[in-house]
Amino acid sequence: MKRQVFTCRYKELGNIRTRFSPLKSRVQSREEGLTHYEKKKYVWKMLYIYMLGYDVDFGHMEAVSLISAPKYPEKQVGYIVTSCLLNENHDFLRLAINTVRNDIIGRNETFQCLALTLVGNIGGREFAESLAPDVQKLLISSSCRPLVRKKAALCLLRLFRKNPDVVNIDGWSDRMAQLLDERDFGVLTSSMSLLVALVSNNHDAYWNCLPKCVKILERLARNQDVPPEYTYYGIPSPWLQVKTLRALQYFPTVEDPNTRRSLFENNASHAVLFEALALVMHLDAEKEMMSQCVALLGKFIAVREPNIRYLGLENMTRMLMVTEVQDIIKRHQAQIITSLKDPDISIRRRALDLLYGMCDVSNAKDIVEELLQYLSTADFAMREELSLKAAILAEKFAPDLSWYVDVILQLIDKAGDFVSDDIWFRVVQFVTNNEDLQPYAALKAREYLDKPAIHETMVKVSAYILGEYSHLLARGPACSPKEIFSIIHEKLPTVSTSTIPILLSTYAKILMHTQPPDQELQHQIWAIFSKYESCIDAEIQQRAVEYHALSMKGAALMDILAEMPKFPERQSSLIRKAENTEADTAEQSAAKLRAQQQASNALVVTDQRPANGTLPVNQLGLVKVPIMSNADQIIAEQGVTHENGALTVVDPQPQLPSTPSPDLLEDLLGPLAIEGPSGTGPQSEPRVASGFERGENADALAIAPVEEQANTVQPIGSIAERFHALCLKDSGVLYEDPYIQIGIKAEWRAHHGRYVIFLGNKNTAPLSSVQASILPPSHLNTELSLVPETIPPRAQVQCPLEVINLRPSRDLAVLDFSYKFGTQVVNVKLRLPAVFNKFLQPITVSAEEFFPQWRSLSGPPLKLQEVVRGVRPMPIAELANLLNSLRLMVCPGLDPNANNLIASTTFYSESTRAMLCLIRIETDPADRTQLRMTVASGDPTLTFELKEFIKEQIVYIPVPPQSPAPMPPQARPTSPPTAISDPGALLAGLL
Amino acid sequence: MIRFILLQNRQGKTRLAKYYIPLEESEKHKVEYEFLLLKMEFSNLSTQVSEEFSPRVTFRTHKVIYRRYAGLFFSLCVDITDNELAYLESIHLFVEILDHFFSNVCELDLVFNFHKAIIERMGELEKQD
Repeated sequence: MKRQVFTCRYKELGNIRTRFSPLKSRVQSREEGLTHYEKKKYVWKMLYIYMLGYDVDFGHMEAVSLISAPKYPEKQVGYIVTSCLLNENHDFLRLAINTVRNDIIGRNETFQCLALTLVGNIGGREFAESLAPDVQKLLISSSCRPLVRKKAALCLLRLFRKNPDVVNIDGWSDRMAQLLDERDFGVLTSSMSLLVALVSNNHDAYWNCLPKCVKILERLARNQDVPPEYTYYGIPSPWLQVKTLRALQYFPTVEDPNTRRSLFENNASHAVLFEALALVMHLDAEKEMMSQCVALLGKFIAVREPNIRYLGLENMTRMLMVTEVQDIIKRHQAQIITSLKDPDISIRRRALDLLYGMCDVSNAKDIVEELLQYLSTADFAMREELSLKAAILAEKFAPDLSWYVDVILQLIDKAGDFVSDDIWFRVVQFVTNNEDLQPYAALKAREYLDKPAIHETMVKVSAYILGEYSHLLARGPACSPKEIFSIIHEKLPTVSTSTIPILLSTYAKILMHTQPPDQELQHQIWAIFSKYESCIDAEIQQRAVEYHALSMKGAALMDILAEMPKFPERQSSLIRKAENTEADTAEQSAAKLRAQQQASNALVVTDQRPANGTLPVNQLGLVKVPIMSNADQIIAEQGVTHENGALTVVDPQPQLPSTPSPDLLEDLLGPLAIEGPSGTGPQSEPRVASGFERGENADALAIAPVEEQANTVQPIGSIAERFHALCLKDSGVLYEDPYIQIGIKAEWRAHHGRYVIFLGNKNTAPLSSVQASILPPSHLNTELSLVPETIPPRAQVQCPLEVINLRPSRDLAVLDFSYKFGTQVVNVKLRLPAVFNKFLQPITVSAEEFFPQWRSLSGPPLKLQEVVRGVRPMPIAELANLLNSLRLMVCPGLDPNANNLIASTTFYSESTRAMLCLIRIETDPADRTQLRMTVASGDPTLTFELKEFIKEQIVYIPVPPQSPAPMPPQARPTSPPTAISDPGALLAGLL
Repeated sequence: MIRFILLQNRQGKTRLAKYYIPLEESEKHKVEYEFLLLKMEFSNLSTQVSEEFSPRVTFRTHKVIYRRYAGLFFSLCVDITDNELAYLESIHLFVEILDHFFSNVCELDLVFNFHKAIIERMGELEKQD
């Protein structure tokens, strides 16, 4: 097959060659003797060869000369081929100017059209100079047909763009105004394009066109005085409206535009609407109009259609420029935050920009906390930007300093890899400069060190802060110098060479603060110093030698190693960095806004006095307006982000098992958070958004099935996310909406499981007709105890659920749950996290146990091997963590190769009883997206299921959109019965 | 202002191209190739989610508006300040016109009747710009 294609291609090439050369020679040699008919034939062939993708560098002359042919067929070919093959810079075109001019001023309409089209497509400066007056004459002449005048308008537009001087302003503005009275919409639309270009160049001269534009809009929008062929899906000529509004924007502020309309049929009317919004923004209209606009945008960002959401967010970011509407925009904060979880990465970016732009002292706390929470689920492409922005916002708008320290430490904890050094340097600066903060920071640092696995950056900050200020904690529990030393020293073997110098300084400082000196500690630290005195890294070696020598000096040590002096105040390097990275237009406006705002002074108030002789240079500086970086840089950036975007898309699962979603458990076991709407009006509460959607899709809803209507109660948080979190732990919230919260708690013993389901009513009114049932898969035996019919107000009911695992399978049990609140029936189906790994019991095997077992299970079906591709790239330690969290015990040291992992576990079910499973994963350090996995156990089904299960966990799985009620993507109520409006069906019969 | 119009299929063949700015042949090929990469990347991202998805990409200093009809990408390169939705809809209008013209248009129509398509396109899309 492949060969056939190849030979075919080869033949084609040969074929072309054989035709090509005689053609070329004939065209070139017999130039004089060719008749028009022959020329036409050859020129057509040439065009065809050109279209196949070959360079045609001859015969241009013939094409141009055909233009002057007297008959239509030849002339047409001449025009078409010329406009295809040549561009405006081509010298041959000059030869044609006169012929083209003759056609334009001639009386033959068809020729006029051909000529105008050519000029409109490839006309250059020279054309502009010699043809503009003639084209103008054609445009305003009353004897021409609209078809010709339409083309003349576009042609003039082209000429004007090439050379703005060709249109004589004095005489032309009156003519232009007359043109706008035109009844024919084709001519009107073309003239409007022309007007937009003219006005953008010089608006003063065209004042007299302004009333006409308003009149056109009125005619379109109010009176709907439009011929049917210019009505697009029921909207009167949307493009003309857009253009007219655009033209109006070029005039300076004059009047109240009463052109705002609220049609919500489809893209076309949205386009009009956005243009109108831009106009309102441009006119800087009064507040009421602005708040209407924001409200409208608020509706946009809640609709399903991604394009509209994107534009809504972008326009809102632009709106931020207008200071008085910021408060109104803040009302939509919750919706914007949910946009952060949108499946479309470009929308997520816009939402992040908008949040960044709208943040100020009043909402900084909420927004930054939201960003921090989002950080653990955000995709890699966005994490760096996200953490940088969170850090900047925390710095600029911190209500108090301890909060700032909290935020940054959390940031480092959650996204250590993406936190640049600048961020932690900044924290250290603040702590050093604010004495009140020092004990608090030291305490926090101490707490973070207790965590089992912390990021290296965190080790750096903690070690630095504790080195400086741990003596302030001396009276606290477990904070004696010795304990602090030992906890920091524990981290030493795991850190890289860049961190070791910091740790050495910390040891020296601890030693200095220990008064009276503790002999044992001193000896320990000296031992470390002398060990590193022979280190290969110069920095470490130098420090070790110096500290060792210094610490021998006894009391003099106090002076030399005194506390660090305060840092001079200077512009945050973070903010400077942010300036450099900002290039996007939307971001730019947000950044401009930043520049106007006052920075919070919380961070600088405490340090007004000169410290250690150095005067504060300036306060936390204001941000400069960033300079638009050049286009190449943009595309470079784009390229990079796209690449990342393609690799990692949405992944709502927590990336690291060590960062559980916070406080789920607390929510559950603590008193119920009663924030739901009071029991009076459940109907009025559900979000504006869903109401809006329903309005838009009125037709769609009428035929929608019943559940869709019932599901107007929106769950709080993502169900899928909660489910994934619960797969890795045993208690938490499974589902929450404004009325009810469902939590679960599980215990597992071998193949038996026991769930307790907590049903909590969040309202002051009872929930009635409560029903719950389990739809078990074939491998699970489940028994749910009776669920009460009603749940009293603000009460929590517990229902035990027994689960017995019969045999290995990855199927899931489903909890079918329904209740009634007021008149609303809510029915949800939730996956129960009684997943495969819950029946695993981690077990450690030694080398003596492992190898005989591994060898005895040889070959399929007991031992299966597979190369898995498309793995989420992660370092080997993270992979090990993931396996551990799935209850697959990683046994280090069994495999001599550090890139391989061996894990073991026991699986329990009624059919297999306890069964040992062994897993070996070989990774490729060069390509993290693929690995080879070998799974062995004593049961063929178990081996297969376990292998598939692990694969599901490590392979990246695209996530479907999370909105619960599937709406038809575009409801076009007026769509004709044929399939014309359906884009997919249009080109259905394809190759 | 429309800078250029491209119709490309999923194999990367350019079916129709119309440039309103002067570009050398080699530049054209480069642009077409880059376009294709852009679109492929975006459509890979989005096929699982919805058929036409975020059809707006910034390309150098311009904006690309595109829409996919079965295997064909219709893309317009326009100024950064232009109204995206208006152009998106004009793509649809163009497809509808093609559909009227060929009565149930398909990619093969564009291949075999390219001369008709050229005339067609010149007339209609110009009206928009």
